[in-house]
Amino acid sequence: MTFLKDYINVLSAASISFLLLSSTFGCIVYFNLLEGRLRSKGGSIFIGLGVAYVIAGLFIRPLLYLAVAYFLVMFGLAHLGGRLWDKKVGKWLLFVGIVGFFVSFLDPNFYLIAAKPDNVPIGAMIFLLGIFTWIALRKAYLNDKQIQAGGIPWEKTETNEKLFVWPDLVYTEMLCMILLTVVMSVWSVALRAPLEEAANPTSSPNPAKAPWYFLGLQEMLVYFDPRLAGVVLPGLIIVGLMAIPYIDTNPKGNGYYSFRERKWEIGIFLYGFLVLWSFLIITGTFLRGPNWNFFGPYEYWDPNKLVPLVNVDLSELVWVNWLGMPLPKLWPIREMFGILLVIGYLSLPPLLAARPFRRFYLKMGPARYYVGSFLFLVMMALPIKMVLRWLFNLKYIVHIGELFFNV
Amino acid sequence: MASVKALQENIVNSQIWKSVFRVGIPNTNRKRVLAVLGSLILHLHPVKVRRSGVRMSYTWCMGGTTFFFFLIETVTGLLLMFYYRPTIEYAFTDIMDLREQAPFGIMREMHRWGAHAMVIAVWLHMFRVFMTGSYKPPREFNWNVGVILLVLTLLLSFTGYLLPWDQLAIWAITVGSSMARATPGAGNEGPMSGLIKLGDIRLIHAGDDARFGLIGGRSIGAATLLRFYVLHCVAIPLVAGFLMAIHFWRVRKDGGISGPL
Repeated sequence: MTFLKDYINVLSAASISFLLLSSTFGCIVYFNLLEGRLRSKGGSIFIGLGVAYVIAGLFIRPLLYLAVAYFLVMFGLAHLGGRLWDKKVGKWLLFVGIVGFFVSFLDPNFYLIAAKPDNVPIGAMIFLLGIFTWIALRKAYLNDKQIQAGGIPWEKTETNEKLFVWPDLVYTEMLCMILLTVVMSVWSVALRAPLEEAANPTSSPNPAKAPWYFLGLQEMLVYFDPRLAGVVLPGLIIVGLMAIPYIDTNPKGNGYYSFRERKWEIGIFLYGFLVLWSFLIITGTFLRGPNWNFFGPYEYWDPNKLVPLVNVDLSELVWVNWLGMPLPKLWPIREMFGILLVIGYLSLPPLLAARPFRRFYLKMGPARYYVGSFLFLVMMALPIKMVLRWLFNLKYIVHIGELFFNV
Repeated sequence: MASVKALQENIVNSQIWKSVFRVGIPNTNRKRVLAVLGSLILHLHPVKVRRSGVRMSYTWCMGGTTFFFFLIETVTGLLLMFYYRPTIEYAFTDIMDLREQAPFGIMREMHRWGAHAMVIAVWLHMFRVFMTGSYKPPREFNWNVGVILLVLTLLLSFTGYLLPWDQLAIWAITVGSSMARATPGAGNEGPMSGLIKLGDIRLIHAGDDARFGLIGGRSIGAATLLRFYVLHCVAIPLVAGFLMAIHFWRVRKDGGISGPL
């Protein structure tokens, strides 16, 4: 039991759990939605990824833990294939999840954080997200199969069948309202709303946390400058969401669940919504303790935990560590490498439009292609910086203190 | 059974009942249509809907759930307003009183849990709409209204978070609002703000930047409390209510609850 707890503590270290979640996401898409096989070109990429984790684990110990968990998950998912969407399997997974969650309550450190009144809805949210993702993907998988067999999605078989709002819809709504009222009443009686001491502007709590739905943004502050994490990126999230219907011109999959017809859209959206946004909120809520240090779910939130500050900027890494020279005085020269890297990253779309993504470019047209790929690159900058920070202690790629500009 | 039926007939045929509900028991298709058309609340709906639009497994009922949570928040919030004064002298003690003195007082609990649940329900609603591709033409505009409503939901919850005026509240808002300081061009620590100058005098400083405007001072204080109270109870609900009306209207006009074309 202790071993298992220690194992989970290591696994949930932000870096590991994030890599595991991202890889799992890839596995589910490949093995369970696209019906890929282990013994194929694509399958060998996933095995190669596991081997890469093992090799990396030889240098960075916790990655070995990751490799073990990854192989378990990958083989499990590859073995299940389409059966992951069987109701029986789904119920079992949910059962295991719920039992695991409540058994964890026996651990005093876990209980302390997870049973905080304000954290209860977030615990429920984890399960709700899991259940609804499963339902949506199950329906998509079943419809995909129908379409592939030359049929029509299940929803289409009912298009022409119309029901009277009274009684069918009105009764459903009525039942929903009654059920929700009951749930809310029981919840409100069972759990008191938190109230701490009266506000005192002179004594700040540790950790000081934003409301839970903004903890993803607060977690982003670890990896980005406040100007980016606090203002520009949240703005771009909203802009990006609003731009979705105008960038996505795929006419298929309108009004029914499907995956194969909309692989890219759904893949990108699910990655952003589940693996980035929800994961960061859950991390920020349950795993970030005093001084915003990282704590495993079964670890005590020790306010005196010492974490060595070893983060370095790219400029320091290149000039001092690799070239063995002092940092140049002028910032354009000092930050040359970082700036080139960022320019290279942002000029990927025009480069890719020439050859590999020509198909997309022609289909979407220049405006949609460039706006869409810019938003996508900005989104992907977050996981890239997260991994760079954890594995290489890289702080900023470009750090121009003179202009208050960091990337 | 016969007597129950007779009683029902008696009630439904009484002048009082007939004056309120014109149609009577909707037991024929004609009466079902009239029941929906003749009622202000029910006529948010069309008369008939696609079968898939009624299925819980398709819609998850999340849009309706969100709206229902909004109604719960309105009702419980209204009751809380009877007890609560948004000043730093009274805010915390009023909440204490509510907690200790009001018998069976679960309105604050319901308001807070309802707020959390509403945020989750909005996310799940957006998730469902995305997964069924329901943002595609002709529903692009309504998706955008939805995104704004999502942001407003978060802002509603955020402004409400401050009102209990306890440690949890002010420090969460302190952390949450500190980012406004870094707004490009408008926050005193933001990029380019240093360039906005009149001679040697910086025009953007801690006393007039974006954060100052948001919280009405250099730090969270009486002005912030009043500001957030008004935003929370009046301004944002009004805007959200207006946008919700548009949202629902457009659902109808764009072809009802989405389904395959």
